[in-house]
Amino acid sequence: MSQPAADSQLGQFSTNPPRELPTRRGTELALLAFAAFIVTCAFVLVEANQEQELTWSIFWYGVAYLGIFSVAHLAVRRWAPYADPLILPCVALLNGMGLVMIYRIDLALAEKAQQTGDSFTPDAPKQVLWTVISLALFLAVLILISDHRTLTRYAYTLGLVGIIALSLPAVLPRSLSEVNGAKVWLKFGFFSIQPGEFAKIALMIFFASFLVSKRDLFTVAGKRVLGVELPRARDLGPILIAAMACLGILVFEKDLGTALLFFGIVLVMLYVATERIIWVVVGLGMFAVGGIIAYNLFGHVQQRVANWIDPLATYDDPGGGYQIAQGLFGLGTGGMAGTGLGSGRPEMVPAANTDFITAALGEELGLIGLSAILLLYLLLAMRGMRSALAVRDTFGKLLGGGLSFAIVMQLFVIVGGVTKLIPMTGVTTPFLSRGGSSLLANYILIALLLRISDAARRPAAPSKPRPQQQAPLAEAHTVMVQRPDNMGGPGGGRGQ
Amino acid sequence: MNTPLRKVGVAMLAMVALLLVNTTYVQFVKADDYRTDGRNQRVLLEEYSRQRGQIVAGENGQVLAGVEPSNDKYEFTRTYLNGPVYAPVTGYYSIIYGATGIELAHDEVLNGSDPRLLVRRLSDMVTGRDPRGGNVQLTVRPSVQETAYKAMTDKGFHGSVVALDPKTGDILAMVSTPSYDPNRLAAHNGEKVRSAWAELTDKNGDKPMLNRAIRETYPPGSTFKLVTAAAALENGAGPDTPVTRAANVQVPGTSNTDLENFARQPCPGGTLKDALAFSCNTAFAELADQLGAEKLRETAANFGIGQQDLSVPMPVAPSGLGDLASTAELYQSGIGQRDVRLTPLQDALLSATVANGGVTMKPQLVKALLAPDLTPMEEFTPEELTGDPALSAANAEVLKDMMLASEDNTKGGGKRPGLKIASKTGTAEHGVNEKQTPPHAWYTAFAPADDPQIAVAVIVESGGDRGLAATGGSVAASIGRATINAAVGGG
Repeated sequence: MSQPAADSQLGQFSTNPPRELPTRRGTELALLAFAAFIVTCAFVLVEANQEQELTWSIFWYGVAYLGIFSVAHLAVRRWAPYADPLILPCVALLNGMGLVMIYRIDLALAEKAQQTGDSFTPDAPKQVLWTVISLALFLAVLILISDHRTLTRYAYTLGLVGIIALSLPAVLPRSLSEVNGAKVWLKFGFFSIQPGEFAKIALMIFFASFLVSKRDLFTVAGKRVLGVELPRARDLGPILIAAMACLGILVFEKDLGTALLFFGIVLVMLYVATERIIWVVVGLGMFAVGGIIAYNLFGHVQQRVANWIDPLATYDDPGGGYQIAQGLFGLGTGGMAGTGLGSGRPEMVPAANTDFITAALGEELGLIGLSAILLLYLLLAMRGMRSALAVRDTFGKLLGGGLSFAIVMQLFVIVGGVTKLIPMTGVTTPFLSRGGSSLLANYILIALLLRISDAARRPAAPSKPRPQQQAPLAEAHTVMVQRPDNMGGPGGGRGQ
Repeated sequence: MNTPLRKVGVAMLAMVALLLVNTTYVQFVKADDYRTDGRNQRVLLEEYSRQRGQIVAGENGQVLAGVEPSNDKYEFTRTYLNGPVYAPVTGYYSIIYGATGIELAHDEVLNGSDPRLLVRRLSDMVTGRDPRGGNVQLTVRPSVQETAYKAMTDKGFHGSVVALDPKTGDILAMVSTPSYDPNRLAAHNGEKVRSAWAELTDKNGDKPMLNRAIRETYPPGSTFKLVTAAAALENGAGPDTPVTRAANVQVPGTSNTDLENFARQPCPGGTLKDALAFSCNTAFAELADQLGAEKLRETAANFGIGQQDLSVPMPVAPSGLGDLASTAELYQSGIGQRDVRLTPLQDALLSATVANGGVTMKPQLVKALLAPDLTPMEEFTPEELTGDPALSAANAEVLKDMMLASEDNTKGGGKRPGLKIASKTGTAEHGVNEKQTPPHAWYTAFAPADDPQIAVAVIVESGGDRGLAATGGSVAASIGRATINAAVGGG
C-alpha cells in the first residue's frame, strides 16, 4: 500500500499487499512444540499402559523427533521464511503419532515373537532412520528449488522419469520387484523402495506444467460437441497417453490403490486447468466402465468387492475379508473414546503398522482420536490449497492444488478402505504408515507445498526478474481477482 | 483458476466429511456389533487379562482355583490346587479350548462381567483398582473329596464317587477317575496346551475329562432295588411281605433266559426285608412285575430318575428306566439291569432320599456367589428336587432298616464300630457278553443311620481290581465307607 509504484513493472505481484508481512515462524515453532508435547505424552502413555519400564529408547526417540523437526523448522526459517506456519506442525504431529503407533505395535509383535520363539526386529528405529533421510531430502528440495517455477523446465524429463519409475517393477523379474505379493518394489539387496511413490510427484509436476502451457488451447482450439469445447487430440494427447500408460502399468502390477489415486489426481488437475466439469464427468464415466470391465476380468477385483460388501461373510476365505473384519473389530472395540494408547490389541489386524495403521489408531484413540487425525489431514491439505489459491502463477496453483488433493486422496483411498467405505486397496497413509518410500515421497511433497506457500505469502521482491518462460495468457485470470480499486497502478492494466 | 481450486477444496472437505461420517458409523453405530462378534478376540483377551475370581470350598475357604500373575499378555494364569482331585468340579479354563465345570457354569461371575458386579466394576474404575471377577463358593468338603479321590486312585479304579448332604442336597464330594490336571489346559503356552488337549481327548484313552459322576450313566444293578423296594412299600407291601426264595426264574416270554440270584443260591430269607438284605434278584424281578411299569416309573420319577434338565449347575445327564414294555423287561429292570441307566449322582440320591425321610433334595454344588470383596451376591437355599416324596417317612424308616440289614451282610473293609451305615451294594452286568465282562461294582449308603449327614454312591467300572469276581461289596463298599468316615469324623 505504501509503495505501489515499486510493483508497477511486476504485474503478478501487484495483488499482494506490499507491506512487510509477518513470517509467522514464531507461530510455527510454538505449534511444533505443541506437537512435540502431544507425541511425548503419547509415548509415555504407551509405555505406562504396556507396563514397560521407562527405557532409554523412548528418550532417544524423543531426542530424534525433536532434532528432526528443529532442523526442519530452522530450514524453513532460512529457506522458506514466509511458508505457511501450519503445514510443518501438522506433518510433525502426524509423523510423530505414526512413530508412536509403530513403536507400540513393535512392543506387541515383540511379545508375540517371544511367545512363539520367533526372531523379531523392531520397525520403529528404521522408521526414525527413514524420517532422518526424509528430512535430508526435504532440505535438499527446499534448498535446491528456490523457486517452484524452475520445475517447469524439467517437466518433460520428470514425466519420463515418472513413467519409467512406475513401469520398472512391472518389467523387472519378481526377485527384484516383489515383496509380499505386491510387484511394486525395487529391491537393492538390504533395502527396497517403491518407485511409484516418487513417480506420483514427478508426474504431478509434469501434468501441472503441461496443462498450464496448453490450457488455453483446450478451451479455444477444439471442436464444439454438445455445447462443450473439446480440445484437439494433439493438445490433450500427451497427457492422455501418460495417464493411460500409468494406469496400464498399475493395473498390470495389480496395484489398484495407486491406480485409483492416480486417476483421481489426474482428473482433478485436468478439471482445475480446464475449468470444465465435463472432464470430471467423462473421467468418472470412464472409471465406471473400467471398473466394470476390471470386475469381470479379474478374480482379485471380484474378491475385493465381495470383501467390501460383507467382510464378515468372506472372513474365512483365502484372500477374504479377515483383515478388514479384524480392522472393523478393532475400530468397534475402540468405540468412542478408544481403549487408550497401549491398551488395545492393534497387532491382531494383519499389516497393522502399514495399511491398517488408522485402524490401530482408531482402536486405541477411539472415534475422537481418529477424527482428530482425519481433521489434521484436512487442515494440512486445506493449508496447501490455500497456498495454491494465493500463489500468483498458474503452475504453482495447479501443482499446489494437485499436491494438496493428493494428500486427501491418499487418505480417502486408504481410510475409506479400512473403514469399509470403499473396497480395500493398499496404499500407505501419508506420514503415519511404516515404510521409507512413502515417507520420503510425502516429505518431498511437503517441501514443494512449503515452497509454493512461501511464494504465495512472500511480499514483493522487486529485484527479482520476472521469469520469462511463463505464458502471459496463463496469468490473466489470477490478476483479475481481488484488486482493490485504489491499487490500480500502471502495471495493473496488464492482462485485462 | 481459483474457482475450480475452491471447488476442489470443497470436494476435499466432502471427502474427509464422508470418512468422518463412515468412521462414526463404524465406531459408534455399529461398534457393539463388531465388539461382540464371536470372532473378535479382543473382548475375550481382555477378559483373560482381568483377575479371574476364585473357586473356593470348605469352611476355611480353601482355594481350588485361583490366579497367579503371569509375565505375558494375559497378565494372569489360572492355577488349580490339587487339580486332578477337583477337576470334575472346577472344570478347566483354557484360553484355547474355553471352559467346563464351574468355570463355565459361573463364568460371568468369575470373569467379572456379571451385571451384579457392574457397580463394583465402576467403583474399581474410579478408585483405579484393576477390575476383578467374583468368587464361587462350593458345597464340596475338601476332606471328603480328597479321601474319596485317594481311595479310588490308590487302586487305579475307573469310576466315580458322589457324596451328598441328604438334608440339603449339598454335594460334598464329586470324584471322577481317572482324572486330569486342568493346570495343563490353563497354561499360556499354546503348544503345550494343544499337546495336553490331544492327549486328554485321545479316543483310545481313558477319557479323563469325562465327568463320570454326572455325565455318564451306568446300569445300577442291585442298588436299583431301593427303588423297586420303595415302590413296593408305597403300594402296600411291608418288610415282612413274603417274596419268592427261588434261586432262579425263567424270564417270562423268553424260552431260555434265566434270571438267577448271586451264585445261584436260593434266597436265605422269604420276606421283602430279607430279599433286600441278601439282594435276591428273583424276588425283586417278580416284585417289579407285580407292581407294573406305571407304579415303578412313578416312584423312580419321585427319586428324580427321568428328569431331563437337572443341573448342579453343570448339566446332569438324565437317568432313565427304558421302555418297561413287557414282563421280561420289568423282570430285568426291577433289578437294575436291561435299559435302566443311572448317573452316580442319581444313585447317591437314592440313599439320600431314604436318609431324608423320603424327600429328594435338589443336588447343588454351589453354596454362594461372592463379590470380589467376599460379600455374598447370591446364596443358594436347599430345595426339593421333585414335587412328591419318593416314599413316606414311615416307609423311609422301613427301607432304612432293610439297608442296615444289607450293610450287615456286606463284606469289604472300612467298617467302623459304633457307626451305623445303611447301604445297598450292586454288581451290574454290562457289555455285549455280560457274563464274560467284569461287572460294575456299586455301593450306595448313608450314615449315621440315626442322624444322616452324608449319602454316598460309589461306582467302580468293570470290576476294578477283581475282574469277573468283583461285587459291590468287595470292591466298592470300602471306598464308600472311607468317604463316609471322612465326613462324619474319625475316618
